[in-house]
Amino acid sequence: MQPNSPPNPIRRQLLTSITSLLGFVGVIFAAIPFLSAFKPSARAEAAGAPVKVNIGKLSQGELMTVEWRGMPVFVYKVSNEAQNVLSSDKNKLADPNSAQEQQPQYAKNDTRSRKEGIAVLKGVCTHLGCAPKFYPEAISQDFDPNWQGGFFCPCHGSKFDLAGRVYANVPAPTNLEVPPHYFESDSMLVIGSDGAS
Amino acid sequence: MATDTRTKRLLNWVDFRFPLTEVFERHLSKYPAPTNLNIWYLFGFLLIVVLAMQIVTGLWLMMNYTNSAEEAFSSVEYIMRDVEYGWLIRYMHAAGASAFFALIYLHMFRGMMYGSYQKPRELIWLGGWFTYLILMAEGFTGYVLPWGQMSFWAAQVIISLFSSIPVVGEDLATWIRGDYLVSGITLSRLFAFHVVLLPILLIAIVFFHILALHEIGSNNPDGIDVKKHLDEDGVPLDTKPFFPYDISHDIFALGVFLIIFCSVVFFFPTGGGYIIEYVNYEPANPLSTPAHIVPSWYYTPFYAMLRAVDFPLFGLTAKFLGFATMMAAVAIFAVLPWLDRSPVKSIKYKGIFSKTFLGIFVVSFFALCYLGMVPPTETKTLLSKIFTIGYFSYFLLMPIYTRIEKCKPVPERVAQV
Repeated sequence: MQPNSPPNPIRRQLLTSITSLLGFVGVIFAAIPFLSAFKPSARAEAAGAPVKVNIGKLSQGELMTVEWRGMPVFVYKVSNEAQNVLSSDKNKLADPNSAQEQQPQYAKNDTRSRKEGIAVLKGVCTHLGCAPKFYPEAISQDFDPNWQGGFFCPCHGSKFDLAGRVYANVPAPTNLEVPPHYFESDSMLVIGSDGAS
Repeated sequence: MATDTRTKRLLNWVDFRFPLTEVFERHLSKYPAPTNLNIWYLFGFLLIVVLAMQIVTGLWLMMNYTNSAEEAFSSVEYIMRDVEYGWLIRYMHAAGASAFFALIYLHMFRGMMYGSYQKPRELIWLGGWFTYLILMAEGFTGYVLPWGQMSFWAAQVIISLFSSIPVVGEDLATWIRGDYLVSGITLSRLFAFHVVLLPILLIAIVFFHILALHEIGSNNPDGIDVKKHLDEDGVPLDTKPFFPYDISHDIFALGVFLIIFCSVVFFFPTGGGYIIEYVNYEPANPLSTPAHIVPSWYYTPFYAMLRAVDFPLFGLTAKFLGFATMMAAVAIFAVLPWLDRSPVKSIKYKGIFSKTFLGIFVVSFFALCYLGMVPPTETKTLLSKIFTIGYFSYFLLMPIYTRIEKCKPVPERVAQV
């Protein structure tokens, strides 16, 4: 059968473009479930629920590592000597006043803690995510002859002071993060929630 | 002779329906290989053999491996101790990964030396480059599977690299991990990549690479265009059929390779910590990082570059710039065909600048390979910076030095070399 009208290339082109465009949109919609399946699952989200820690037995200068969302959280009872070092030796630090948002508002102070004397820090180096090691004593170390005590990351040599503030000229760009936390009582610390505010 | 005719009849029956003889002759038996190919032309064949070996050993490992955070480590121990010859299959697979990289580096260097990336072989080169990228992803994902300390922290560091990308970085890293820190969820998706997605891509790209090569034909150490002089059947005069001339070299090389490979597998299976790192015999512990972590030897040149960039620039963090430098070092191979403006292909006929810069590249590559393995000190970081510049100067200055240098004339025929 002969077509009863002559071929119209503009009409043909338009129909091809619209069909291709529609197909493209379809592909984008079809990709959504596949890309979303990569996000943390409901179970992984639930593992982010707050954890309770009894810090009653923690003695001065002692550090305990708590697991929250699968990552280490350092809970450290700052000794008096360390407290003095924290407020005096600031010139080596990149962000001594915690200007960058690496802590909740209530921890934006000299000791980066909600409760004076108890440091709560994510044990995840802000460079590439290794767990820094705890070197509390102010004694000479291989990595720093004038070590004042703090955290040292073995992967790429980043240094942090006892309040988790990063030294200048190390690979890590920011201070260690302070996770949201609150104190249910004097000896009961809750990590992962700011508490009723 | 009755069987002979019967085979012939069967072949005719197939050929009528599928181009069996044609494909076999075109891609194998009659493929014209230049007569002046040298030892550098053996690695492509060996790479195919190693690919086949990795697929077979990988398949066997998969039968006994469990891809969960709780059981991955013990399932590898089970393979090593309780599965009959499990140790051999695992050692072959681990040493095979190192062999794969050693061979692909030699194969790539051959291409750089003899200008095999130049027109009209750009797509062959790009296919090969893509193979290398996928191989790097295969190496990384495979390395994570035993779920030892090195596996875990390598995954943590490599995925964290993406978090350095401005704005979207943190969310992207979480999306890749599927969790807030590397976990069993990350392990199973890397496993899926390692055994399904990446091997399929690898095989497809290798197929493309060979098809493109057989369309254009092999380059040769002198960079002579053998297609300029054909015999009466249209076959280049300066070539010999792959079978039996070229295959006999390849088989001999395979023998030599297997002697070396088996010596490693049977006598030095961990390769002094370079094939399987000792720290990886400890199960993954998300709460404690090992004192000294280094990637496998085949990534260390790029790792050294990552560490060399320790200064912020143009408002970008050092962390991101390091990551970008490392990525650029791998990506830059892709544009090599368009950087080279030389009228000749082979280094034999190129001028003194090309020779010098290729030399600088090789020295830089090995030096960075070493520097990426050792703990950083101030001097070593400075050296890393110098060699990073050396590495990139080969590529970035190429459009200049290939244009101004004086080249030697390339002979018309192989016999005139």
